[in-house]
Amino acid sequence: MNKESAAALKSKKKQILENWLSNQLQDAALRDDLMSVAELQQQSEEFLTALIKAFGTSSAEDTDSEGYEPIRDILNEISISRARQGFSPRETSSYILSLKEVLSNVLEDRFKEDPATLYREIISMNKIMDSLSMVTMETYIKGREEVILRQTNEMSEISTPVIRVWEGILALPIIGTLDSARTQVVMEALLEEIVATGSRIAILDISGVPTVDSLVAQHLIKTVSAARLMGAECIISGIRAEIAQTIVHLGIDLTNIYTKATLASALKMSFSMLNIQVTRATGTSQNNKQNFGF
Amino acid sequence: MERIPILKMGPFLLVTIQVDLYDRLALTLENDLINMVSKTEAKGVLIDISAVSIVDSFMGRILGNIASMSKIMDATTVVVGMQPAVAITLVELGLTLSGVHTALDVEQGMELLRDKIGQLDKDEEGLYDSFI
Repeated sequence: MNKESAAALKSKKKQILENWLSNQLQDAALRDDLMSVAELQQQSEEFLTALIKAFGTSSAEDTDSEGYEPIRDILNEISISRARQGFSPRETSSYILSLKEVLSNVLEDRFKEDPATLYREIISMNKIMDSLSMVTMETYIKGREEVILRQTNEMSEISTPVIRVWEGILALPIIGTLDSARTQVVMEALLEEIVATGSRIAILDISGVPTVDSLVAQHLIKTVSAARLMGAECIISGIRAEIAQTIVHLGIDLTNIYTKATLASALKMSFSMLNIQVTRATGTSQNNKQNFGF
Repeated sequence: MERIPILKMGPFLLVTIQVDLYDRLALTLENDLINMVSKTEAKGVLIDISAVSIVDSFMGRILGNIASMSKIMDATTVVVGMQPAVAITLVELGLTLSGVHTALDVEQGMELLRDKIGQLDKDEEGLYDSFI
């Protein structure tokens, strides 16, 4: 990019900014629900100022050079924040690509009489903008990956709560697929809780586990054995018909483990193991209502 | 040489391991314990390992050995207070100690032993009656 075009772009900066903004605002991909116009304007102006400054430097065509550092920083910031806000890749890339058109128009005006120079300058401008849009996409994807990673972590934390359902009885509803890493988390959480509450029975409810293969079964057996080593009995509940079929077809041996179809029956079994009796209170329904504070 | 004390409590023997077990200490314990069972004719052995934070396959085997030896000598073994990390390690090593009874703490272990002994007494009452 030569000095003339850089100067031309600099002198037309205001016009470029206006056209660029109107381009962005007209674009169907604009997400004014996620970002205010004022914010967009400020962001764009900042970016354009830095870009025109970089065009004026000697190494204008090398986007890895020092002159482009502030630009790359701004782009990174924009893409990451957009990735987090939930912009689509198209919406994010259109930000930088819509500037290309505006810059081309300005260059066209400037070199109207000299097609050869115009061609060269357009090519060189395109090159810069393309590599900048690549930077945008790269950061955007990185930002999305961060989001995914965070969600994965959150999911594995959320989905392993250990609930104390009764004195001495813990319940562990497992939701989602059980892999080695999760089993480890689940097992540790359960064992820690057994120690903390001094519970003698733990109910593993697998109604939320979509499929049970031999690996998942092995993980379950491991958890049960570890709990048993600590002195707590485990009951596996929530075994659906399909899962029962798979377990038998796979030849998995669960004969040494207590299994129940529902959490309710597992709870009932724990009560009888702890010699607890639950009886219906006698009396009128009126009295019961009062007991509940109605 | 360091030894782990074995305490007699009525018909039971109580062993609390307060140090990390090394191989020779474990072997000595196994030896002492079995001798003690035969000397006192104990009906139950309670091993508290709540202070043990490191185990390997050898320790696991020793625990299993103690349990099976006591069983031959008509004593029930209960291991109590295993730490979560220890339990996970033993399971990962493939040692589920299926012959050993377990409980969360000494209190629950004692209860369990009493239950077991009570059951045994009931089963054998008929036998004793015929003697008397």
